[in-house]
Amino acid sequence: MNIETGLYVFLLASFIGFELIRRVPQLLHTPLMSLTNAISGIALVGSIVIVGSSQSVTTTVLGTIAIAASSSNVIGGFLLTDRMLRMFRKRS
Amino acid sequence: MRENIVEYLYIAAGLSFVFAIKWMTAPTTSRRGVLAGEIGMVLAVIGTFVRPEVTQFTWIVVGLMAGAAIGVPLAAFVPMTAMPQRTALSHAFGAAAATLVGVAEYIIREPHLDRFTMVVLGVEVLLGGLTVTGSLMAFAKLQELIQGRPVVYRGQNVVNLAVLAIAVVGIVWLVIDPTATVVFAAVVVAAVAFGVLLIIPIGGADMPTVIALLNSYAGLSAVAMGFALDNKVLEIAGALDGSSGFILAVVMSRAMNRNFRNILFGAFGQVTMSARDAEADDRPVRSGNSVDGAAILDGARLVVVVPGYGMAVAQAQHKVRELADALERNGSEVRFAIHPVAGRMPGHMNVLLAEADVPYDRMVELEEANELLARADVAIVIGANDVTNPAARTEPGSPVYGMPILDVDRAGSVLVIKRSMAPGFAGIGNELYYLGNTTMLFGDAKTVVGSLVSDLADGG
Repeated sequence: MNIETGLYVFLLASFIGFELIRRVPQLLHTPLMSLTNAISGIALVGSIVIVGSSQSVTTTVLGTIAIAASSSNVIGGFLLTDRMLRMFRKRS
Repeated sequence: MRENIVEYLYIAAGLSFVFAIKWMTAPTTSRRGVLAGEIGMVLAVIGTFVRPEVTQFTWIVVGLMAGAAIGVPLAAFVPMTAMPQRTALSHAFGAAAATLVGVAEYIIREPHLDRFTMVVLGVEVLLGGLTVTGSLMAFAKLQELIQGRPVVYRGQNVVNLAVLAIAVVGIVWLVIDPTATVVFAAVVVAAVAFGVLLIIPIGGADMPTVIALLNSYAGLSAVAMGFALDNKVLEIAGALDGSSGFILAVVMSRAMNRNFRNILFGAFGQVTMSARDAEADDRPVRSGNSVDGAAILDGARLVVVVPGYGMAVAQAQHKVRELADALERNGSEVRFAIHPVAGRMPGHMNVLLAEADVPYDRMVELEEANELLARADVAIVIGANDVTNPAARTEPGSPVYGMPILDVDRAGSVLVIKRSMAPGFAGIGNELYYLGNTTMLFGDAKTVVGSLVSDLADGG
């Protein structure tokens, strides 16, 4: 386990996040939140490791629920964000 | 070798997420951002599938199918007005996943936990747990399953802080003795309870800030999971999510005149604005009908429409777009001025107007809107109240004082479409309604705007 590397990654990613998200116009704040929601479905990765490594019945049950919860965010989040963004049109 | 492939896939996934956010900075590239996010997620999942310890796939597939069964209908059928509830619900799902993984990790590694891992697992279940119940409470309030009014009682802060303290002390205890499973359970219970207590004192009007804040917490619990699993892509994605939620929460709290310090802990220490009755005010207001309104609008060069949540409640956005079309046919230029809190979540009003086919280049944000309002011939306020109250500029004693508002009163004439003189959520009267250049059009927003459209067509 490498704590320092983890901190580097976290701090730099947060910095990039702050700098980019500051530039997202209010117009797109709802789709932005929907998109980051889909991205935070990345908890799926951790859930898959738990279930895939098949440690015990308890952890598999917990992990399977976690996969369902996080993948519903991933799948639903991306679909919904795109559904919203399709509605944004310039003057024709 | 296999480990390397996993890491490279994770790097590519992390980069895709960064690009996804970058492309969200403009409406012309935003759909590309969604695609980048999807690619990133696929890469991250493939990377996880090739990990050597991942050998059993049956239950993974079951979980994914269940997730698709929940996610697809939620994405396809939820109406845009219900977007805040849907978002709150998905925060609960994301945080639930983080909490469950945290618990499972604890069960798996309990006898051999090092201190650092114990701390991050503790943080993961604390943030995850409180976000699950906090988001479910927010969902219930927004969906009106429970009453949206803030519930406050004496000693509330003490109770809340005590519950939070139990969780924190529990984590410290676990760092010293990771085998204390009962304490771990207590931390989870305290976190879950804290989430409920945190949202109880928060009213419906503060929901935009709360949703953004919970977004941030859900992201941070994913970061904690990343630290616990030594997984970089979790750290990156969680950090992006966390910073996004945080920025949106700050934007919202500023726009609502809320103290920045309070947002980290929701309503903590917040002076709850009691909905005191507007002082009995018998000053005359000028009210008119749609014919008067159409007469004022006829010949206007620049018309600025100020939509509020009341417009969405009345489902009047399509009628409002028809009005904008009619005004343009009549030679007026039309812009929609959108206050940051004009809705129940950040950017909500923009989505509602986009759905009603209002082009996004006619929607303007606060600063630009105020420049336009200063030279607008007519401003039409539809279902908005506190965000147009000039008291925010002029009355230091007012609860809205200092709040950034749309300077509607500076337009040549003001049309206010409203059901009655009832105050908005700040519970105060609006000076705007008594000004000489204001005409009140009382009635249901959809009906009034509809009559304006037809009267404008008759007159022009």
